[in-house]
Amino acid sequence: MKPPPFAYHAPRDLGEALRTLAEVRGKVLAGGQSLIPMLNMRLAEPSDLVDINRVAGLDRLERTADGVVVGATVRHADAERARAHPLLTRALKLVAHPVIRNRGTVVGSLAHADPAAELPAVLAVLGGHVRVARWDGGVAVRDVPAAGFFAGPMEPAIEPGELAVSAFFPALRPGTGSAFLEIARRHGDYALAGVCAVVTVDDGRVATARAACIGVGPVPVVVDVGPACTGRPPGEADWAGAAALVREAAEPEDDIHATAAYRGHLVGVLAERALRDAAREGAAARAG
Amino acid sequence: MTTKLFGEPVQRREDHRLLTGGGRYVDDLGRDALAAAFVRSPHAHARIRDIDVTAALDVEGLVAIYTWDDLPERVGRPLPLLIPHPALTHGRTALPLARDVVRHVGEPVVMVVATDRYAAEDVCARIEVDYEPLKPVVGPEQAVSGVHLVHDDVPGNVGAHLVQEVPGPDGRGAREAIETAPHTLSFRLDIERSAATPLEGRGVYARWDGRDLRVYSSTQTSTSVRMAVSAVLGVPLPQVEVIAPDVGGGFGVKIVHPWPEEILVPWAAMTLGREVKWTEDRREHFVASAHERGQVQHVRVGFDDDGRLLGLDVTILHDHGAYTPYGIIVPIVTSTQLLGPYKVGAYRVEFSSLYTNTVQVTPYRGAGRPQGVFCMERTMDKIARRLGKDRAEVRAANFIQPEDFPYDQGMTFQDGRPLIYDSGDYPRMLRMLKELIGWDDFERAPGRGIGIGCYVEGTGPGPYEGGHVQITSDGQVHVSTGLTSQGQGHETAFAQIAATELGVPIERVSVVTGDTRRLGYAVGTFASRAAVVSGNAIALACRKVREKALRVAADALEADPADLEITEGVVHVAGAPQASMPLSTVAVLANPLRYAFDEETARATQFAGAADPNRPPVAEGDEPGLEGREFYSPIRCTFAAGMHAAIVETDPDTAEIRIVRYAVVHDCGNLINPMIVEGQIHGGVAQGVGGALYERMVYDEHGQLVNASFMDFLMPYATEVPHVETAHLQTPSPLNPLGIKGAGEAGVIPVSAVVASALEDAEGIPIDRMPISPSELFHLRTSGR
Repeated sequence: MKPPPFAYHAPRDLGEALRTLAEVRGKVLAGGQSLIPMLNMRLAEPSDLVDINRVAGLDRLERTADGVVVGATVRHADAERARAHPLLTRALKLVAHPVIRNRGTVVGSLAHADPAAELPAVLAVLGGHVRVARWDGGVAVRDVPAAGFFAGPMEPAIEPGELAVSAFFPALRPGTGSAFLEIARRHGDYALAGVCAVVTVDDGRVATARAACIGVGPVPVVVDVGPACTGRPPGEADWAGAAALVREAAEPEDDIHATAAYRGHLVGVLAERALRDAAREGAAARAG
Repeated sequence: MTTKLFGEPVQRREDHRLLTGGGRYVDDLGRDALAAAFVRSPHAHARIRDIDVTAALDVEGLVAIYTWDDLPERVGRPLPLLIPHPALTHGRTALPLARDVVRHVGEPVVMVVATDRYAAEDVCARIEVDYEPLKPVVGPEQAVSGVHLVHDDVPGNVGAHLVQEVPGPDGRGAREAIETAPHTLSFRLDIERSAATPLEGRGVYARWDGRDLRVYSSTQTSTSVRMAVSAVLGVPLPQVEVIAPDVGGGFGVKIVHPWPEEILVPWAAMTLGREVKWTEDRREHFVASAHERGQVQHVRVGFDDDGRLLGLDVTILHDHGAYTPYGIIVPIVTSTQLLGPYKVGAYRVEFSSLYTNTVQVTPYRGAGRPQGVFCMERTMDKIARRLGKDRAEVRAANFIQPEDFPYDQGMTFQDGRPLIYDSGDYPRMLRMLKELIGWDDFERAPGRGIGIGCYVEGTGPGPYEGGHVQITSDGQVHVSTGLTSQGQGHETAFAQIAATELGVPIERVSVVTGDTRRLGYAVGTFASRAAVVSGNAIALACRKVREKALRVAADALEADPADLEITEGVVHVAGAPQASMPLSTVAVLANPLRYAFDEETARATQFAGAADPNRPPVAEGDEPGLEGREFYSPIRCTFAAGMHAAIVETDPDTAEIRIVRYAVVHDCGNLINPMIVEGQIHGGVAQGVGGALYERMVYDEHGQLVNASFMDFLMPYATEVPHVETAHLQTPSPLNPLGIKGAGEAGVIPVSAVVASALEDAEGIPIDRMPISPSELFHLRTSGR
């Protein structure tokens, strides 16, 4: 459980980091909560490791009217304490344990693109994006929408030489409630299944409703359940029907902890609970 | 007045050190030692065709690479079979390094020594072993089919087969009694594999100075490792020291010895003339140490209208993995301790202990009892359900009564001695438990159930342990015992015994365990035996020292020893406190000196005038110093008991299972320290919850352990372990001077049975296997009704 040899780089600014990445194409080390175990178990054997923890300016979390921008070295714990976005805050409480959240980063979790992780689903259900940068004689950036960012399990749409520098989580519209529910074998474990939901209530009626599930497909599965529930008051909407849509979209598989059938069942149960919770919160927010 | 420390909830004296990073574990020692690492088999069963090390030779830091061919004859022999048994007709143990065949994933094939562990692992990664895969045998049922063999010379994969029969009071055998019983049931039970998984894995560090060999090992028995190392390496015993420093948990796995690494690391240190250390990593621990639990049981039972057992017939398939270094202790314990606190009428138990291409099975806390208790307690619940009776009532109808002790179960126990229970009060214990959990007032509801489980545990087996006590001239009391500590609180509990016996403040008592330099004769820490066997040995040693202290002080005070008492470390005449002498002075006087090194010791020198010039300074038959060594050798085990109850709630939609209350009534005889006993119970229950709801070793059909990490092997976190409510009953053991029984394994034993009982009550579905996950409960709900 010791990593194979690698060259270690610790750039001090973004330009240096991107030039190093352009040159060596190594793995990026941020919080290290996934990468270090993979190195120790020799599941990953990169020749170069580019540690971005000393890169100035990546540790910023900015709030605007449009949403929240989280820098690449912002820790889960800092983002959680900032309480900058209700759904993000909820999701962060479900990420592993406090010790891991103290080191792990929000952007690192997105760039790891584990389909069982919470944060990719949050970015996806909110329609946010990840900003990636590369060296092109200067710092060149592009924004990758969530829908295109999670290309497959552990496959983010980051090209060799690129660095994910921040993530943008759009703010919830007025009258919007959110929820994130999951079931894990042990507190803090990766979920057997999880569902986050965002519901907007306008004029006493459900205007939009979306859900995303984790752990039941190669990438976070986002489902617009509007057809089953919009236009009705939250108390009368067909949440069971909406949950059924989510369940149909899920592609669970068997593993040693749970069967695909059980996971699919859980998606249905959790989706209905999450949608109801989100709708209730949305209605209350509008009323308040 | 001296406080009576025996029986008091004294805070653990070792905790501050252990919790603030002050522990000295094997890996904290030998910072400059070379590091060892192992190439281990990736196959469950394969023939080794070739080992090619060429690509590894230019790795910087490489010191040595060893295969079986490099080992001297005496080092390359099969490891010892520690506990032979006549029924173990086909016992097999591993070679320190595999020679031609590997029989489980994780079996060591090549040893690498390098300047550090990083380099050693780099070397391992470049060594190429060419394997010819053979058919693996996975699981006891595949083993018993005998189609493929783990060992070519073990037909049917059967290592041992043992039938034990105890006729009923009317002389009839179990099968006959069951045939004619008013009611009968037969069913099958499945228990998964789990493992001890201590926080610290194994570790060995050795140094050789050309004459003397010192070995540090994270072991539960330093004395026996010492004897094994001496014998295998051919170093005379007096030149071998083995030390168990702080050990980060054992739970049974570290009683196995000598591990291949415990032989190879000292051998490499001697061969290279360098210090060598090996620290097991977690992945190695999962695949290269030991597991336990896995059994399939077929049960037939006959009983009367009151639920009284008339005959019980149990057939067990026990999966003991690839090798049997620890003999058949686990299935023997299962088959004997299955009987619990009950009179079972006629009993027949048969087990086949079977080879599979998986990690070997050796005792893990509970050591076969959780499986036996699961069997008996599931049986009790099924009887109650069949008869429509209260489950506690059916148990009570079968209890051994207080007046029945000593009660002979008619079997041979794991120590080779008769299974005779020494004392207990099971009806009272049940009353206490029912009150603690509120059994009679429990409000049953869908998804809410209550369960119960009872057990008896034979604790404190021999052959012996020793205690050594020395009072030095500063008045400090130095206690040592040869068995080892893995976090049990021995520094506290043994100090309480010594302080109480000697009449000294506990602050003056220090305790050393597991150091063969201090006490060379010992057996080890396992089978809930440390308090019973070492505790009594220390008490006896203290009594011997006390007697001498009184004799020496009586001479100096011109008093009769019978009139003397020791209070707060001062010897005084009873009723006349002014005629007194501190133990420090007594220690000085007990050791006639030629040389003084302070004012205190000057009193014992030859011109100080204290001694009678007409007698030798040390009387014939006496020894200098205030020191004593005694051994305690129990005639047989003393039997502790416990009863647990739990309330469980299940989610109707998600099938999640939550233990909302957990209650324990426990009897380990006289309590040395109730706080430590409760801590032991809490830890045991936590491991029991793991076995009941979370932990399993998942082998695929190829014999790969697919969850060899704490990410996928679900040891419960603190968040999964319920608060444990505890009450004590104290039925002293008549077998030992302190009247104590063991408590180390207690908490874990009935938990699976209790959780199954409660879950069955909540769900109305038979629960015949452990562990059970929400996913499995979901499927039982949809198909199992």
